[in-house]
Amino acid sequence: MDIHTKINGKAVVWKANPGENLLEVLRREGFVSVKRGCGEGDCGACTILVDGDAQRACLLLAGQVEGRELTTVEALGTPDEPHVLQQAFVEHGAIQCGFCTPGMLLSARALLDRNPSPTREEVCEALDGNLCRCTGYVKIVEAVLDAAGRLNK
Amino acid sequence: MTRRRSFKVVGHSVPKVDSMSLAVGGPLFCADNLPRGCLFVKMLRSPHAHARILSIDTIKAESLEGVVAVIHHGNVPRVMRTTAGQGAPEPSPYDFTTFDSKVRYIGDRVAAVAAESEAIAEKALQLIRVEYEVLDAVLDPRKAMDKGAPRIHDEPDARAVIPVPYEPERNLAAHVDMQVGDLQQGFDQADVVLDREYVCQYAQHTPIETHCALGEPLASGRIRITTSTQVPFHARRIVAQALQIPVSRVHVVKPRIGGGFGAKQEVLIEDVVALLALRTKRPVYFELSRKEEFSSSRTRHSMVVRIKTGAKKDGSLTAVDLDILSNTGAYGAHALTVACNCGSKVLPLYRWPKIRFSADAVYTNLPVAGAYRGYGATQAAFGMEIHLDEMARALEMDPIDLRLLNHIREGETSPVFAALGEGGEGVEQKIDSIGLERCMSQGAKAIGWKKKRAAGRGPLRRGMGMACLMQGSSVPEVDMGAAFIKMNEDGSFNLMVGATDLGTGSDTVLAQIAAEVLGVGVGKILVRSSDTDVTPFDVGAYASSTTYLSGEAVRKAAADVAAQIRKEAAGMLDVPLRSVRLVDGRAVAKGGESVEFSQVALRTLYGENLRQIAATASHFTKKSPPPFSAHFVEVEVDTETGLVRVIKYVAAVDCGTAINPALAEGQVEGAVLNGISYALCEEFLFDPKGRMRNNTFREYKIFCTRDLPEIQAILVPTYEPTGPFGAKSVSEIGINGPMPAISNAIFEAVGVRMRQAPYTPERVLAALRKK
Repeated sequence: MDIHTKINGKAVVWKANPGENLLEVLRREGFVSVKRGCGEGDCGACTILVDGDAQRACLLLAGQVEGRELTTVEALGTPDEPHVLQQAFVEHGAIQCGFCTPGMLLSARALLDRNPSPTREEVCEALDGNLCRCTGYVKIVEAVLDAAGRLNK
Repeated sequence: MTRRRSFKVVGHSVPKVDSMSLAVGGPLFCADNLPRGCLFVKMLRSPHAHARILSIDTIKAESLEGVVAVIHHGNVPRVMRTTAGQGAPEPSPYDFTTFDSKVRYIGDRVAAVAAESEAIAEKALQLIRVEYEVLDAVLDPRKAMDKGAPRIHDEPDARAVIPVPYEPERNLAAHVDMQVGDLQQGFDQADVVLDREYVCQYAQHTPIETHCALGEPLASGRIRITTSTQVPFHARRIVAQALQIPVSRVHVVKPRIGGGFGAKQEVLIEDVVALLALRTKRPVYFELSRKEEFSSSRTRHSMVVRIKTGAKKDGSLTAVDLDILSNTGAYGAHALTVACNCGSKVLPLYRWPKIRFSADAVYTNLPVAGAYRGYGATQAAFGMEIHLDEMARALEMDPIDLRLLNHIREGETSPVFAALGEGGEGVEQKIDSIGLERCMSQGAKAIGWKKKRAAGRGPLRRGMGMACLMQGSSVPEVDMGAAFIKMNEDGSFNLMVGATDLGTGSDTVLAQIAAEVLGVGVGKILVRSSDTDVTPFDVGAYASSTTYLSGEAVRKAAADVAAQIRKEAAGMLDVPLRSVRLVDGRAVAKGGESVEFSQVALRTLYGENLRQIAATASHFTKKSPPPFSAHFVEVEVDTETGLVRVIKYVAAVDCGTAINPALAEGQVEGAVLNGISYALCEEFLFDPKGRMRNNTFREYKIFCTRDLPEIQAILVPTYEPTGPFGAKSVSEIGINGPMPAISNAIFEAVGVRMRQAPYTPERVLAALRKK
């Protein structure tokens, strides 16, 4: 079946088998920043934005994003022009292995889009579905709060 | 020893050199670069805890469209070996082969399928017919050595390859013991003698990226394996061994990897992709599912820790008897060395006049244990640090005072260092750097130790606990790391290290060490690590070795390159060699005249006296200087539900010089949260047949952001004279504290002594009801 969607601002048509999950299709189409950590919706490594909402790609069928707008971390920024969140993650030491980072960044982005001045508790709430085993989350939470502050300036 | 020195790059929290490329989601991991035509592997795993394979029929599976190869014990060579990624000959027994005709735990390997897609491979597994003869299983480690217990390794070719006790006929995978002095005399001198047992559980590392590896047959006849490993050089050697091919045919590359924590110190899947790639002549990719990562990769050794100690009324300790029963599961990977660490990384912390240590690691028909951050020190420190809290209370002393009175001091040694090493005798060493007293005082202040103690009204009760810890920095007289540095014409340098960055930031730390010596910023150091064709050897990322050991190799190589630059520059400037310093990318003479590094490099590459400015260096150590740490925690216990909540956690650590303070803090914070999660909720649950019941993140809970307590990492600087710029290790020690410290805090809060982890609401409530 054909899937018509818009990803990172660009309209695309993907071929997918009915029943195929979105994570597999995204990775096949080259969006490899979307990670597979469990394939069961538990770890958040495959978090993407669907019409601005943070969602787990492994829990969506490819067909469910027909006509929707998708965002992956590839659209957030580049090494030369990183998004404030990416810059804050780098500066705060919030990235160790980096495998959970794309999903974390997108959950954080979705939070800041709807709540530009979150409290610490709200950050923890928003990132709760994204597992990280390296950092103990301390510097990740600091980075998101710092990025919010910088974006509000 | 504390030595203050000002550094330009070392001691600064420069961003990780790979962090921006990770932040933008670059294709840096194994799964991100699968070649066209890649085959996918799925593994058929044993449904029985203990069984013989009577027959295996793969005809239907092989005839399924899209299936390219099926391998099992009938069609691959039998080579007994270990999966433990350790130096050769390994201290772990050779009790494993790629596929065996016997299965020893639920989840053991039976057959592997390579197919055009994961879905086809999965479907093919269901078409393989296996006939088993089910055997009685050993599911309780305490009964593993009973007379008449089923024998798990009855194959005649299982053996130890170094001279150590190995008795598979009674399910004994490893044994170690040592004694110092007359133990009974020590107990006779004591006013208080305590004898207690502590039990800790199975747990899994849960790197967010599971084990994955890509095997590619090369036109040269060689095979390239890109793998998520902590031990690329051991992986190369072990794959060659498994396939019975020369090491020179194997090329191992480690890309960025999504966490390891010890799980990836295991050569767990590389043999399978290598075999299938050579057999099918196609690239082959294998990635464990999350369920497999839980049930069929590696775990922490669950243990029964029995401790008997004596102390005089004044608090001085007179004797310790530490007895360990370690469950290694179905195979003996790291069985011996983890058992040794229970003694060697815990007992030297205190001045015990009399010591007895004994450890048995037994086989069971349960998931396989292996290396896990902390590596035995976690389990033994859990028992010891609760035990000393019990002793302090028996003596009516503050737990800090008991430790202050008895801990090892600078300039002292412990007989344990010489008596206990990696499987055999150890290496004598004295302590040249220790900041433990400052860790205790600063940690106590940060948590408010003397101010607010056992408090709370109604059902919510608060209490505080503490624990002291040590670890090591590399394995002395065993581990080696090497580095190679060359200079480029723009004044940049390539740094090549075998050392393995698993997200820890070692590429950055090693670049900082090189940059400091060479007088440049980190941006001028281009790091290439962990490629067996390109980089020099390194044992890999384990035993808290990289900063201390590989870092010293880098420092030495950089010092050699710096000397070459100074000599060349002295000639160019016509000044004496000793007057030349390397500062900010320039060679500067005393009088102020200088040349840029690029001028030096251009001259040596294109001008006169042509040569490559470069150097290689190795480092091998006779010491394993311990980092020290004091942990403090305040908890709140809900006496109606049994729920334990951590209010605040403080970890003060002496890691020598922190080469990169932010990264060192990150190691502490990550290790501490993993430890808290382990203490409060992580545990494998088994059904009566030995099947893990909770092999998903939904059922095996690890801490999330919503569970995150306040965590404060305090770096207490000391200067280790044998480490690069005074550095010791930091990555493992932090995981050892939460389990004992939280148990001690629970006792203070509600008066129940939790000697079995994790401290789940059910367990705490049961203990409260028994009180």
